[in-house]
Amino acid sequence: MIRRNSMMLIQEQYIRKLLSEGTRLDGRNPLEFRKIEIESNPIYKAEGSARVRMGDTEIIAGVKMSVGTPFPDKPDEGVLIVGAEFSPIASPEFETGPPKEDAIELARVVDRGIRESKAIATEKLCIEEGEKVWVINLDIHILNHSGNLIDAAGLAAIQALLNTKIPEYDGERINYEKRKGKLPMNSKPVPVSVAKIGNNLFVDPNLEEEKAIETILTVTTNEKGNVCALQKRGVEPLLLEDIEKALEISVNKGNELRKLLK
Amino acid sequence: MLGRKASRKEEMIRMKRKDNRKPDELRPLVIKAGVIKEADGSALVSLGKTTAIAAVYGPRTTFPRFMQQSNRAIVKTYYSMVPFSTDERVRPGPSRRSQEISKVTREALEPAIFVEEFPNSSIEIYIDVIEADAGTRTAGINAASVALADAGIPMRDLVAAVAAGKIGKDFVLDLEGKEEEVTACDLPIAYMPRTKQITLLQMDGELPPKDVKKVIETAIKGCETIYEKQKEALRKRWELNHDKEE
Repeated sequence: MIRRNSMMLIQEQYIRKLLSEGTRLDGRNPLEFRKIEIESNPIYKAEGSARVRMGDTEIIAGVKMSVGTPFPDKPDEGVLIVGAEFSPIASPEFETGPPKEDAIELARVVDRGIRESKAIATEKLCIEEGEKVWVINLDIHILNHSGNLIDAAGLAAIQALLNTKIPEYDGERINYEKRKGKLPMNSKPVPVSVAKIGNNLFVDPNLEEEKAIETILTVTTNEKGNVCALQKRGVEPLLLEDIEKALEISVNKGNELRKLLK
Repeated sequence: MLGRKASRKEEMIRMKRKDNRKPDELRPLVIKAGVIKEADGSALVSLGKTTAIAAVYGPRTTFPRFMQQSNRAIVKTYYSMVPFSTDERVRPGPSRRSQEISKVTREALEPAIFVEEFPNSSIEIYIDVIEADAGTRTAGINAASVALADAGIPMRDLVAAVAAGKIGKDFVLDLEGKEEEVTACDLPIAYMPRTKQITLLQMDGELPPKDVKKVIETAIKGCETIYEKQKEALRKRWELNHDKEE
């Protein structure tokens, strides 16, 4: 739980003032992301991986494939499991132990975007109906927390999936040394979070800004410009017109971010 | 497999809503305040086959002490589903889903509470879903909001919540379990009608932005109906007929 001290209050007022003048602590304009770098397959052992740097925020997403049983209601479809670890190396605020609610929320919001946009053609991942399907374990590991984790994680996740190659399976064992075809993908959903301070909407808060904002709306969109997931976070309410503006911003920014994917 | 699913989907659309509801009609709604005697405040909300009970304890001193906030109360929420509430038994204890719902529920309710009135205290909200047929988080929020008011905690407004979606061409309010399988999206909101502020917003599915707005508007209308029922339940609970009560 973050305690607010007087320094933070002063900082918050300053951020508020800058935003009302259309600028920010690091000189960006409200709708500008920090510099984004995407590195493909930094992890050789993973079936697919990606490292995303968004300013100082750094995240690796990795995919491990295994063979398991399908869900009873979808006996002929592969299974996606998304997990997130806020490793204590990444921030003084992260602790050891099982995932806390922020990590759970991040994993579930990223999961929802991928699942609801049907980004993975899971129907092509059936090995034996009702018995064996491919299980895609997508794990998100935070290396440095400098704000806007969900957007960076969403980008890393989809890039890792795009990079994934399915290992060889002979009916009994998986040969992780040999990888065959690519994971069948349908779309590239990208989450964009729109934060609100006062009456100002802006994207990609850095850590200082993130401590000052009280509400943020994550909108995941696909290349058709459709919305596939929404998640409002934080205790400050939103008005319908804020939401409308946020949807528009997210569609536009989502298209920009999608171009960075390989 | 897929063929069967598609035909069932079409069938759903053709027969409109299974229970003959209009697209913008809620399921039968029951709200009762004061259902748990030992709690400081409590309420039951049921919408069709979904029933949630909420109990509020507090404001009471926060322990452990280091968790205390000297300028405000902290709000804790615990959402859980009772094992027999669904088709497949729910394993007791927190799941990833229930922890996420507890978080968004807290964020949905906290804006309505004058937390600054109760330094060093906590307000604890427990929500048990005893029967689930979609819309459990929103039923829980409706119950919790009434329970907070029932506990006499000063609030800016009651929080009403409901989900909406789109089936075929219709924007539909308050999806039930079977409808959740065929809707283009499932979008729950929580809303404070007095200030027209949205305190919870989530969505699953795929929909163009202009439709998202219409779905939100459909849900807002539903919230306004629920809001009146919430007030009615509180009035009924606290009307002046002490002879009966005591």
